[in-house]
Amino acid sequence: MIRADKIKKSFGSAEVLKGISVELEQGKNNLIIGRSGAGKTVFLKILVGLFMPTVGDVWYGDTNICQLNKKELKAIRREVGMLFQGNALFDSMTVEENVRFPLDMFSNMTRGEKQKRVDLCLEQVTLKGSNKKYPGEISGGMQKRVGIARAIVLNPKYLFCDEPNSGLDPKTSITIDELISDITKENNITTVINTHDMNSVMEIGDKIVFLHLGELAWIGSKDEVLESDNELLQDFIFASPFLQKLRNAALNR
Amino acid sequence: MNLNIFYHFGRFLLLVKQSLTRPENFRMYWNETMRQMNDIGIGSLVIVGLISLFIGAVTAVQFSYQLGDSFVPMYYIGYIVRDSTIIELAPTITCLVLAGKVGSNMAAEIGGMRQKEHIDAMEIMGVNTASYLFLPRLIAALFTIPLLVSLAAFIGVGGGYLASVPTGILSDADFVLGVRSFFEPYNVFIMYVKAFVFAFLLTSVSCYQGYFVKGGSIELGQASTNAVVFSDILILFFDFLIALLLT
Ligand SMILES: Nc1ncnc2c1ncn2[C@@H]1O[C@H](COP(=O)(O)OP(=O)(O)OP(=O)(O)O)[C@@H](O)[C@H]1O
Ligand SMILES: [Mg+2]
Repeated sequence: MIRADKIKKSFGSAEVLKGISVELEQGKNNLIIGRSGAGKTVFLKILVGLFMPTVGDVWYGDTNICQLNKKELKAIRREVGMLFQGNALFDSMTVEENVRFPLDMFSNMTRGEKQKRVDLCLEQVTLKGSNKKYPGEISGGMQKRVGIARAIVLNPKYLFCDEPNSGLDPKTSITIDELISDITKENNITTVINTHDMNSVMEIGDKIVFLHLGELAWIGSKDEVLESDNELLQDFIFASPFLQKLRNAALNR
Repeated sequence: MNLNIFYHFGRFLLLVKQSLTRPENFRMYWNETMRQMNDIGIGSLVIVGLISLFIGAVTAVQFSYQLGDSFVPMYYIGYIVRDSTIIELAPTITCLVLAGKVGSNMAAEIGGMRQKEHIDAMEIMGVNTASYLFLPRLIAALFTIPLLVSLAAFIGVGGGYLASVPTGILSDADFVLGVRSFFEPYNVFIMYVKAFVFAFLLTSVSCYQGYFVKGGSIELGQASTNAVVFSDILILFFDFLIALLLT
Protein backbone atom coordinates (compact mmCIF):
# COMPACT_ATOMS: atom_id res chain seq x y z
CA MET A 1 0.00 0.00 0.00
CA ILE A 2 1.15 3.52 -0.79
CA ARG A 3 -0.20 6.53 1.02
CA ALA A 4 0.20 10.09 -0.21
CA ASP A 5 -0.23 12.59 2.59
CA LYS A 6 -1.21 16.19 1.79
CA ILE A 7 1.07 16.42 -1.24
CA LYS A 8 1.71 19.87 -2.61
CA LYS A 9 4.08 20.66 -5.42
CA SER A 10 5.07 23.98 -6.92
CA PHE A 11 7.38 24.80 -9.78
CA GLY A 12 8.46 28.37 -9.18
CA SER A 13 5.28 30.28 -8.48
CA ALA A 14 2.99 27.77 -10.19
CA GLU A 15 1.30 25.37 -7.79
CA VAL A 16 0.74 22.17 -9.75
CA LEU A 17 -0.53 19.94 -6.93
CA LYS A 18 -2.60 21.53 -4.20
CA GLY A 19 -2.70 19.13 -1.29
CA ILE A 20 -3.53 15.58 -2.31
CA SER A 21 -4.10 12.77 0.19
CA VAL A 22 -4.93 9.34 -1.09
CA GLU A 23 -4.31 5.67 -0.39
CA LEU A 24 -3.29 3.40 -3.25
CA GLU A 25 -4.16 -0.16 -2.48
CA GLN A 26 -2.32 -3.43 -2.85
CA GLY A 27 -3.64 -5.96 -5.37
CA LYS A 28 -5.66 -3.30 -7.12
CA ASN A 29 -5.35 -1.20 -10.24
CA ASN A 30 -5.21 2.32 -8.89
CA LEU A 31 -6.01 4.72 -11.71
CA ILE A 32 -5.11 8.37 -11.64
CA ILE A 33 -7.19 10.21 -14.18
CA GLY A 34 -7.55 13.82 -15.18
CA ARG A 35 -7.32 16.21 -18.07
CA SER A 36 -4.02 16.87 -19.76
CA GLY A 37 -2.01 19.13 -17.46
CA ALA A 38 -3.93 18.12 -14.34
CA GLY A 39 -0.71 17.04 -12.68
CA LYS A 40 -0.87 13.27 -13.13
CA THR A 41 2.71 12.82 -14.24
CA VAL A 42 4.02 15.14 -11.55
CA PHE A 43 2.03 13.22 -8.94
CA LEU A 44 3.34 9.88 -10.19
CA LYS A 45 6.91 11.16 -10.15
CA ILE A 46 6.42 12.30 -6.58
CA LEU A 47 5.07 8.87 -5.65
CA VAL A 48 8.21 7.19 -7.00
CA GLY A 49 10.51 9.83 -5.53
CA LEU A 50 11.78 11.39 -8.75
CA PHE A 51 10.39 14.73 -7.58
CA MET A 52 10.36 15.90 -3.99
CA PRO A 53 6.98 17.28 -2.90
CA THR A 54 7.08 20.89 -1.75
CA VAL A 55 4.91 19.85 1.19
CA GLY A 56 3.70 16.42 2.28
CA ASP A 57 4.91 12.84 2.54
CA VAL A 58 4.70 9.58 0.64
CA TRP A 59 4.48 6.38 2.64
CA TYR A 60 5.30 2.91 1.31
CA GLY A 61 3.84 0.80 4.11
CA ASP A 62 5.52 2.25 7.19
CA THR A 63 8.35 3.93 5.31
CA ASN A 64 8.26 7.61 4.50
CA ILE A 65 10.22 7.82 1.26
CA CYS A 66 10.58 11.59 1.47
CA GLN A 67 12.79 11.15 4.55
CA LEU A 68 15.10 8.49 3.17
CA ASN A 69 18.73 8.99 2.27
CA LYS A 70 20.03 7.94 -1.14
CA LYS A 71 20.95 4.46 -0.02
CA GLU A 72 17.63 3.64 1.59
CA LEU A 73 15.79 5.04 -1.40
CA LYS A 74 17.84 2.80 -3.67
CA ALA A 75 16.85 -0.22 -1.62
CA ILE A 76 13.15 0.61 -2.01
CA ARG A 77 13.59 1.20 -5.70
CA ARG A 78 14.55 -2.42 -6.26
CA GLU A 79 10.89 -3.10 -5.56
CA VAL A 80 9.59 -0.48 -7.98
CA GLY A 81 8.92 -0.86 -11.68
CA MET A 82 7.92 2.04 -13.85
CA LEU A 83 6.68 2.57 -17.37
CA PHE A 84 7.35 6.14 -18.51
CA GLN A 85 5.01 8.27 -20.59
CA GLY A 86 7.67 8.36 -23.31
CA ASN A 87 8.78 4.75 -22.70
CA ALA A 88 12.38 5.74 -21.89
CA LEU A 89 13.73 2.64 -23.61
CA PHE A 90 17.50 2.72 -24.07
CA ASP A 91 17.70 3.25 -27.80
CA SER A 92 21.19 1.90 -28.33
CA MET A 93 20.20 -1.44 -26.82
CA THR A 94 18.04 -4.15 -28.33
CA VAL A 95 14.65 -5.06 -26.92
CA GLU A 96 16.19 -8.00 -25.12
CA GLU A 97 19.06 -5.95 -23.68
CA ASN A 98 16.59 -3.35 -22.46
CA VAL A 99 14.58 -5.91 -20.56
CA ARG A 100 17.71 -7.58 -19.26
CA PHE A 101 19.31 -4.35 -18.04
CA PRO A 102 17.81 -4.44 -14.51
CA LEU A 103 18.77 -8.10 -14.21
CA ASP A 104 22.32 -7.39 -15.35
CA MET A 105 22.56 -4.61 -12.82
CA PHE A 106 20.95 -6.19 -9.78
CA SER A 107 20.58 -9.95 -9.99
CA ASN A 108 23.02 -12.74 -9.36
CA MET A 109 21.42 -14.94 -11.98
CA THR A 110 23.46 -16.86 -14.49
CA ARG A 111 23.29 -15.96 -18.15
CA GLY A 112 20.84 -18.75 -18.85
CA GLU A 113 18.55 -17.83 -15.98
CA LYS A 114 18.49 -14.22 -17.12
CA GLN A 115 17.66 -15.24 -20.65
CA LYS A 116 14.81 -17.37 -19.36
CA ARG A 117 13.42 -14.55 -17.26
CA VAL A 118 13.68 -12.09 -20.18
CA ASP A 119 11.96 -14.51 -22.52
CA LEU A 120 9.22 -15.12 -19.99
CA CYS A 121 8.58 -11.39 -19.52
CA LEU A 122 8.56 -10.76 -23.25
CA GLU A 123 6.15 -13.63 -23.65
CA GLN A 124 3.91 -12.16 -20.97
CA VAL A 125 3.63 -8.97 -22.99
CA THR A 126 3.13 -11.06 -26.14
CA LEU A 127 6.32 -9.90 -27.75
CA LYS A 128 8.17 -12.97 -28.84
CA GLY A 129 10.45 -12.77 -31.83
CA SER A 130 11.41 -9.12 -31.49
CA ASN A 131 14.27 -9.80 -29.09
CA LYS A 132 17.02 -8.54 -31.36
CA LYS A 133 15.28 -5.47 -32.70
CA TYR A 134 16.05 -1.94 -31.58
CA PRO A 135 13.37 0.30 -30.04
CA GLY A 136 13.46 2.48 -33.16
CA GLU A 137 12.53 -0.51 -35.28
CA ILE A 138 9.31 -1.48 -33.51
CA SER A 139 5.93 0.23 -33.28
CA GLY A 140 4.78 2.49 -30.47
CA GLY A 141 2.55 -0.17 -28.96
CA MET A 142 5.37 -2.68 -29.02
CA GLN A 143 7.63 -0.13 -27.33
CA LYS A 144 5.07 0.26 -24.54
CA ARG A 145 5.04 -3.48 -24.08
CA VAL A 146 8.83 -3.63 -23.94
CA GLY A 147 8.64 -0.88 -21.32
CA ILE A 148 6.21 -2.98 -19.30
CA ALA A 149 8.39 -6.06 -19.64
CA ARG A 150 11.36 -4.08 -18.37
CA ALA A 151 9.30 -2.70 -15.49
CA ILE A 152 8.22 -6.15 -14.28
CA VAL A 153 11.41 -8.10 -14.90
CA LEU A 154 12.58 -7.79 -11.28
CA ASN A 155 9.16 -8.77 -9.87
CA PRO A 156 8.33 -5.36 -8.44
CA LYS A 157 6.00 -4.90 -5.49
CA TYR A 158 4.99 -1.52 -6.84
CA LEU A 159 4.26 -0.90 -10.50
CA PHE A 160 3.78 2.57 -11.94
CA CYS A 161 2.55 3.17 -15.47
CA ASP A 162 2.35 6.65 -16.95
CA GLU A 163 -0.20 6.55 -19.76
CA PRO A 164 0.34 2.94 -20.81
CA ASN A 165 -2.17 3.29 -23.63
CA SER A 166 -1.73 6.76 -25.01
CA GLY A 167 -1.33 6.70 -28.76
CA LEU A 168 -2.56 3.14 -29.14
CA ASP A 169 -5.60 1.85 -30.97
CA PRO A 170 -8.49 0.78 -28.69
CA LYS A 171 -7.86 -2.91 -29.22
CA THR A 172 -4.14 -2.84 -28.38
CA SER A 173 -4.89 -0.49 -25.57
CA ILE A 174 -7.29 -2.98 -24.00
CA THR A 175 -4.72 -5.76 -24.36
CA ILE A 176 -2.23 -3.66 -22.47
CA ASP A 177 -4.75 -2.82 -19.75
CA GLU A 178 -5.59 -6.47 -19.30
CA LEU A 179 -1.94 -7.32 -19.19
CA ILE A 180 -1.20 -4.82 -16.44
CA SER A 181 -4.30 -5.86 -14.54
CA ASP A 182 -3.35 -9.55 -14.76
CA ILE A 183 0.14 -8.84 -13.49
CA THR A 184 -1.33 -6.86 -10.62
CA LYS A 185 -3.74 -9.56 -9.54
CA GLU A 186 -1.39 -12.48 -10.06
CA ASN A 187 1.41 -10.99 -7.99
CA ASN A 188 -0.80 -9.02 -5.62
CA ILE A 189 1.21 -5.84 -6.20
CA THR A 190 0.30 -2.19 -5.86
CA THR A 191 -0.21 -0.76 -9.32
CA VAL A 192 -0.68 2.91 -10.12
CA ILE A 193 -1.73 3.88 -13.62
CA ASN A 194 -2.02 7.36 -15.09
CA THR A 195 -4.52 7.51 -17.87
CA HIS A 196 -7.13 9.51 -19.66
CA ASP A 197 -8.46 6.52 -21.51
CA MET A 198 -12.12 5.85 -20.75
CA ASN A 199 -11.95 2.20 -21.66
CA SER A 200 -9.29 1.64 -19.02
CA VAL A 201 -11.32 3.49 -16.44
CA MET A 202 -14.38 1.35 -17.04
CA GLU A 203 -12.51 -1.95 -17.49
CA ILE A 204 -9.78 -2.08 -14.87
CA GLY A 205 -10.48 0.84 -12.54
CA ASP A 206 -10.53 -0.85 -9.13
CA LYS A 207 -9.78 2.46 -7.54
CA ILE A 208 -10.03 5.71 -9.44
CA VAL A 209 -8.47 8.95 -8.34
CA PHE A 210 -9.65 11.95 -10.32
CA LEU A 211 -7.38 14.99 -10.32
CA HIS A 212 -8.61 18.32 -11.54
CA LEU A 213 -6.29 21.33 -11.79
CA GLY A 214 -4.02 19.85 -9.15
CA GLU A 215 -6.77 19.03 -6.72
CA LEU A 216 -8.35 15.76 -5.74
CA ALA A 217 -11.82 15.99 -7.24
CA TRP A 218 -13.22 12.49 -6.79
CA ILE A 219 -12.29 9.00 -5.57
CA GLY A 220 -14.23 5.82 -6.29
CA SER A 221 -14.35 2.63 -8.29
CA LYS A 222 -15.44 1.93 -11.87
CA ASP A 223 -18.84 0.83 -10.61
CA GLU A 224 -19.41 4.16 -8.94
CA VAL A 225 -18.48 6.28 -11.93
CA LEU A 226 -21.86 6.02 -13.64
CA GLU A 227 -23.83 6.95 -10.55
CA SER A 228 -21.58 9.72 -9.39
CA ASP A 229 -23.12 13.16 -9.49
CA ASN A 230 -19.75 14.87 -9.57
CA GLU A 231 -20.11 17.18 -12.53
CA LEU A 232 -16.41 17.56 -13.21
CA LEU A 233 -16.06 13.78 -13.36
CA GLN A 234 -19.08 13.30 -15.59
CA ASP A 235 -17.82 16.05 -17.82
CA PHE A 236 -14.41 14.44 -18.02
CA ILE A 237 -15.42 10.83 -18.55
CA PHE A 238 -18.41 11.34 -20.77
CA ALA A 239 -16.83 14.10 -22.77
CA SER A 240 -18.54 13.56 -26.12
CA PRO A 241 -22.26 13.63 -26.95
CA PHE A 242 -21.89 10.05 -28.07
CA LEU A 243 -20.63 8.89 -24.69
CA GLN A 244 -23.30 10.94 -22.94
CA LYS A 245 -25.96 9.11 -24.90
CA LEU A 246 -24.41 5.81 -23.94
CA ARG A 247 -24.40 6.79 -20.30
CA ASN A 248 -28.01 7.85 -20.36
CA ALA A 249 -28.97 4.63 -22.07
CA ALA A 250 -27.12 2.65 -19.43
CA LEU A 251 -28.71 4.58 -16.60
CA ASN A 252 -32.25 4.25 -17.99
CA ARG A 253 -32.00 0.57 -18.47
CA MET B 1 27.73 35.59 -12.77
CA ASN B 2 30.02 35.18 -9.76
CA LEU B 3 27.35 33.38 -7.79
CA ASN B 4 26.71 31.31 -10.84
CA ILE B 5 30.24 29.97 -10.81
CA PHE B 6 29.92 28.94 -7.16
CA TYR B 7 26.56 27.35 -7.88
CA HIS B 8 27.99 25.24 -10.69
CA PHE B 9 31.08 24.36 -8.73
CA GLY B 10 29.03 23.30 -5.73
CA ARG B 11 26.67 21.22 -7.80
CA PHE B 12 29.64 19.70 -9.57
CA LEU B 13 31.22 18.69 -6.25
CA LEU B 14 27.94 17.10 -5.18
CA LEU B 15 27.83 15.15 -8.42
CA VAL B 16 31.38 13.90 -7.87
CA LYS B 17 30.63 12.98 -4.27
CA GLN B 18 27.51 11.13 -5.31
CA SER B 19 29.39 9.26 -8.00
CA LEU B 20 32.11 7.99 -5.69
CA THR B 21 30.26 5.01 -4.28
CA ARG B 22 30.57 1.31 -4.60
CA PRO B 23 29.23 0.21 -7.99
CA GLU B 24 26.02 -1.80 -7.95
CA ASN B 25 27.56 -4.30 -10.27
CA PHE B 26 31.23 -4.40 -11.19
CA ARG B 27 30.66 -6.29 -14.41
CA MET B 28 28.32 -3.60 -15.79
CA TYR B 29 30.73 -0.83 -14.84
CA TRP B 30 33.59 -2.75 -16.36
CA ASN B 31 31.74 -3.27 -19.64
CA GLU B 32 30.83 0.38 -19.76
CA THR B 33 34.44 1.39 -19.04
CA MET B 34 35.67 -0.83 -21.86
CA ARG B 35 33.13 0.65 -24.24
CA GLN B 36 34.24 4.15 -23.32
CA MET B 37 37.91 3.27 -23.68
CA ASN B 38 37.19 2.04 -27.14
CA ASP B 39 35.24 5.19 -28.00
CA ILE B 40 37.79 7.59 -26.57
CA GLY B 41 40.97 5.71 -27.42
CA ILE B 42 40.46 3.89 -30.69
CA GLY B 43 37.92 6.45 -31.84
CA SER B 44 40.42 9.30 -31.53
CA LEU B 45 43.54 7.62 -32.93
CA VAL B 46 43.24 9.03 -36.43
CA ILE B 47 42.48 12.61 -35.50
CA VAL B 48 45.14 12.72 -32.78
CA GLY B 49 47.66 11.14 -35.14
CA LEU B 50 46.95 13.55 -37.95
CA ILE B 51 47.01 16.64 -35.79
CA SER B 52 50.23 15.77 -33.99
CA LEU B 53 51.89 14.90 -37.29
CA PHE B 54 51.15 18.36 -38.63
CA ILE B 55 51.96 20.16 -35.40
CA GLY B 56 55.40 18.49 -35.34
CA ALA B 57 55.94 19.34 -38.98
CA VAL B 58 54.94 22.98 -38.58
CA THR B 59 57.14 23.38 -35.50
CA ALA B 60 60.13 22.05 -37.40
CA VAL B 61 59.60 24.20 -40.49
CA GLN B 62 58.88 27.39 -38.60
CA PHE B 63 61.74 26.94 -36.20
CA SER B 64 64.16 26.41 -39.06
CA TYR B 65 62.81 29.62 -40.58
CA GLN B 66 63.37 31.48 -37.30
CA LEU B 67 66.88 30.07 -36.98
CA GLY B 68 67.65 31.26 -40.47
CA ASP B 69 71.29 32.33 -40.60
CA SER B 70 71.67 32.68 -36.84
CA PHE B 71 74.47 31.13 -34.84
CA VAL B 72 72.19 28.50 -33.36
CA PRO B 73 73.17 25.14 -34.81
CA MET B 74 70.58 23.52 -37.08
CA TYR B 75 70.45 20.30 -35.10
CA TYR B 76 68.59 22.31 -32.43
CA ILE B 77 65.50 21.78 -34.59
CA GLY B 78 65.27 18.18 -33.42
CA TYR B 79 65.70 19.25 -29.82
CA ILE B 80 63.09 22.02 -30.05
CA VAL B 81 60.54 19.82 -31.81
CA ARG B 82 60.97 17.14 -29.17
CA ASP B 83 60.68 19.40 -26.14
CA SER B 84 57.92 21.67 -27.35
CA THR B 85 55.96 18.58 -28.33
CA ILE B 86 56.44 16.85 -25.01
CA ILE B 87 55.92 19.80 -22.71
CA GLU B 88 53.18 21.66 -24.47
CA LEU B 89 51.90 20.59 -27.84
CA ALA B 90 51.16 16.90 -27.31
CA PRO B 91 49.20 17.22 -24.05
CA THR B 92 47.54 20.57 -24.65
CA ILE B 93 46.62 20.40 -28.32
CA THR B 94 45.55 16.76 -28.02
CA CYS B 95 43.29 17.53 -25.08
CA LEU B 96 41.85 20.64 -26.71
CA VAL B 97 40.97 18.51 -29.70
CA LEU B 98 39.60 15.74 -27.50
CA ALA B 99 37.45 18.25 -25.64
CA GLY B 100 35.88 19.00 -28.99
CA LYS B 101 35.53 15.41 -30.04
CA VAL B 102 35.05 13.37 -26.88
CA GLY B 103 33.71 16.07 -24.58
CA SER B 104 30.94 17.27 -26.85
CA ASN B 105 30.01 13.67 -27.52
CA MET B 106 29.76 12.86 -23.79
CA ALA B 107 27.67 15.93 -23.08
CA ALA B 108 25.31 15.18 -25.95
CA GLU B 109 25.01 11.50 -25.08
CA ILE B 110 24.32 12.02 -21.38
CA GLY B 111 22.14 15.06 -22.08
CA GLY B 112 20.08 13.02 -24.52
CA MET B 113 19.65 10.34 -21.88
CA ARG B 114 18.47 12.97 -19.44
CA GLN B 115 15.95 14.40 -21.89
CA LYS B 116 14.59 11.05 -22.98
CA GLU B 117 14.14 10.10 -19.29
CA HIS B 118 16.68 7.30 -19.55
CA ILE B 119 18.39 8.66 -16.47
CA ASP B 120 15.09 8.73 -14.55
CA ALA B 121 14.37 5.20 -15.71
CA MET B 122 17.72 4.03 -14.36
CA GLU B 123 17.19 5.90 -11.09
CA ILE B 124 13.86 4.14 -10.65
CA MET B 125 15.56 0.80 -11.11
CA GLY B 126 17.88 1.81 -8.28
CA VAL B 127 20.96 2.61 -10.35
CA ASN B 128 23.20 5.38 -9.04
CA THR B 129 23.25 7.25 -12.32
CA ALA B 130 25.77 9.86 -11.22
CA SER B 131 28.15 7.01 -10.70
CA TYR B 132 27.20 4.79 -13.62
CA LEU B 133 27.39 7.59 -16.17
CA PHE B 134 30.43 9.37 -14.79
CA LEU B 135 32.90 6.88 -13.29
CA PRO B 136 33.37 4.62 -16.34
CA ARG B 137 33.93 7.64 -18.55
CA LEU B 138 36.37 9.19 -16.10
CA ILE B 139 38.36 6.01 -15.65
CA ALA B 140 38.42 5.37 -19.38
CA ALA B 141 39.61 8.92 -20.03
CA LEU B 142 42.27 8.86 -17.30
CA PHE B 143 43.61 5.67 -18.82
CA THR B 144 43.39 6.32 -22.55
CA ILE B 145 44.09 10.04 -22.84
CA PRO B 146 47.62 9.84 -21.40
CA LEU B 147 48.24 7.02 -23.88
CA LEU B 148 46.96 9.16 -26.72
CA VAL B 149 49.18 12.00 -25.54
CA SER B 150 52.24 9.74 -25.51
CA LEU B 151 51.40 8.67 -29.01
CA ALA B 152 50.95 12.28 -30.04
CA ALA B 153 54.40 13.09 -28.71
CA PHE B 154 56.02 10.35 -30.78
CA ILE B 155 54.10 11.21 -33.91
CA GLY B 156 54.87 14.90 -33.40
CA VAL B 157 58.58 14.22 -33.41
CA GLY B 158 58.04 12.01 -36.44
CA GLY B 159 56.22 14.86 -38.15
CA GLY B 160 59.14 17.15 -37.41
CA TYR B 161 61.46 14.60 -38.99
CA LEU B 162 59.32 14.18 -42.10
CA ALA B 163 59.04 17.91 -42.59
CA SER B 164 62.73 18.69 -42.22
CA VAL B 165 64.87 15.75 -43.33
CA PRO B 166 63.34 14.74 -46.72
CA THR B 167 62.95 18.42 -47.61
CA GLY B 168 66.64 19.01 -47.00
CA ILE B 169 66.34 21.49 -44.17
CA LEU B 170 68.75 19.39 -42.18
CA SER B 171 70.33 15.96 -42.36
CA ASP B 172 69.06 12.79 -40.83
CA ALA B 173 72.03 12.63 -38.51
CA ASP B 174 71.53 16.22 -37.32
CA PHE B 175 67.86 15.68 -36.57
CA VAL B 176 68.59 12.52 -34.60
CA LEU B 177 71.39 14.27 -32.76
CA GLY B 178 68.97 17.07 -31.84
CA VAL B 179 66.30 14.71 -30.64
CA ARG B 180 68.85 12.96 -28.42
CA SER B 181 70.34 16.13 -26.94
CA PHE B 182 69.57 17.70 -23.55
CA PHE B 183 66.87 15.17 -22.72
CA GLU B 184 65.11 15.86 -19.39
CA PRO B 185 62.94 12.99 -18.11
CA TYR B 186 61.25 15.60 -15.90
CA ASN B 187 59.58 17.03 -19.02
CA VAL B 188 57.90 13.72 -19.63
CA PHE B 189 56.61 13.87 -16.09
CA ILE B 190 55.13 17.32 -16.83
CA MET B 191 53.50 15.89 -19.94
CA TYR B 192 51.76 13.16 -17.97
CA VAL B 193 50.67 15.52 -15.22
CA LYS B 194 49.03 17.66 -17.88
CA ALA B 195 47.49 14.68 -19.62
CA PHE B 196 45.87 13.42 -16.40
CA VAL B 197 44.66 16.82 -15.29
CA PHE B 198 43.25 17.71 -18.71
CA ALA B 199 41.59 14.31 -19.04
CA PHE B 200 39.90 14.81 -15.68
CA LEU B 201 38.80 18.32 -16.62
CA LEU B 202 37.32 17.53 -19.97
CA THR B 203 35.43 14.44 -18.82
CA SER B 204 34.01 15.96 -15.69
CA VAL B 205 33.03 19.24 -17.32
CA SER B 206 31.35 17.40 -20.19
CA CYS B 207 29.52 14.86 -18.05
CA TYR B 208 28.39 17.65 -15.76
CA GLN B 209 27.04 19.65 -18.70
CA GLY B 210 25.15 16.65 -20.01
CA TYR B 211 23.84 15.39 -16.68
CA PHE B 212 22.01 18.57 -15.79
CA VAL B 213 20.54 19.38 -19.19
CA LYS B 214 16.96 20.58 -19.18
CA GLY B 215 14.60 21.53 -21.96
CA GLY B 216 14.97 20.44 -25.55
CA SER B 217 17.28 20.24 -28.52
CA ILE B 218 18.48 23.84 -28.24
CA GLU B 219 19.59 23.27 -24.65
CA LEU B 220 21.21 20.01 -25.68
CA GLY B 221 23.18 21.84 -28.34
CA GLN B 222 24.17 24.48 -25.81
CA ALA B 223 25.29 21.86 -23.31
CA SER B 224 27.45 20.29 -25.96
CA THR B 225 28.98 23.65 -26.90
CA ASN B 226 29.45 24.61 -23.25
CA ALA B 227 31.21 21.33 -22.62
CA VAL B 228 33.80 22.21 -25.27
CA VAL B 229 34.15 25.88 -24.40
CA PHE B 230 34.48 25.39 -20.64
CA SER B 231 36.76 22.39 -21.03
CA ASP B 232 39.01 24.38 -23.34
CA ILE B 233 39.14 27.38 -21.03
CA LEU B 234 39.89 25.22 -18.01
CA ILE B 235 42.49 23.22 -19.89
CA LEU B 236 44.34 26.37 -20.92
CA PHE B 237 44.05 27.84 -17.44
CA PHE B 238 45.41 24.69 -15.81
CA ASP B 239 48.07 24.49 -18.49
CA PHE B 240 49.25 27.85 -17.24
CA LEU B 241 49.01 26.82 -13.58
CA ILE B 242 50.97 23.63 -14.16
CA ALA B 243 53.58 25.57 -16.10
CA LEU B 244 53.93 27.97 -13.17
CA LEU B 245 54.07 25.26 -10.55
CA LEU B 246 56.21 22.64 -12.22
CA THR B 247 58.85 24.61 -14.12
N1 LIG C 1 9.56 19.94 -14.54
C1 LIG C 1 8.56 20.85 -14.55
N2 LIG C 1 8.82 22.16 -14.38
C2 LIG C 1 7.84 23.07 -14.37
N3 LIG C 1 6.54 22.79 -14.55
C3 LIG C 1 6.21 21.52 -14.73
C4 LIG C 1 7.19 20.47 -14.75
N4 LIG C 1 6.56 19.29 -14.95
C5 LIG C 1 5.25 19.59 -15.06
N5 LIG C 1 5.03 20.91 -14.92
C6 LIG C 1 3.72 21.56 -14.96
O1 LIG C 1 2.83 20.84 -14.16
C7 LIG C 1 1.54 20.75 -14.75
C8 LIG C 1 1.08 19.32 -14.76
O2 LIG C 1 1.87 18.56 -15.64
P1 LIG C 1 1.77 17.00 -15.79
O3 LIG C 1 2.84 16.57 -16.70
O4 LIG C 1 1.71 16.38 -14.45
O5 LIG C 1 0.37 16.84 -16.50
P2 LIG C 1 -0.36 15.49 -16.85
O6 LIG C 1 -1.59 15.45 -16.01
O7 LIG C 1 0.56 14.35 -16.76
O8 LIG C 1 -0.78 15.75 -18.35
P3 LIG C 1 -0.78 14.74 -19.61
O9 LIG C 1 -2.05 13.96 -19.51
O10 LIG C 1 -0.81 15.65 -20.76
O11 LIG C 1 0.45 13.91 -19.53
C9 LIG C 1 1.65 21.36 -16.14
O12 LIG C 1 1.03 22.61 -16.10
C10 LIG C 1 3.13 21.53 -16.36
O13 LIG C 1 3.37 22.74 -17.03
MG1 LIG D 1 1.47 13.05 -18.08
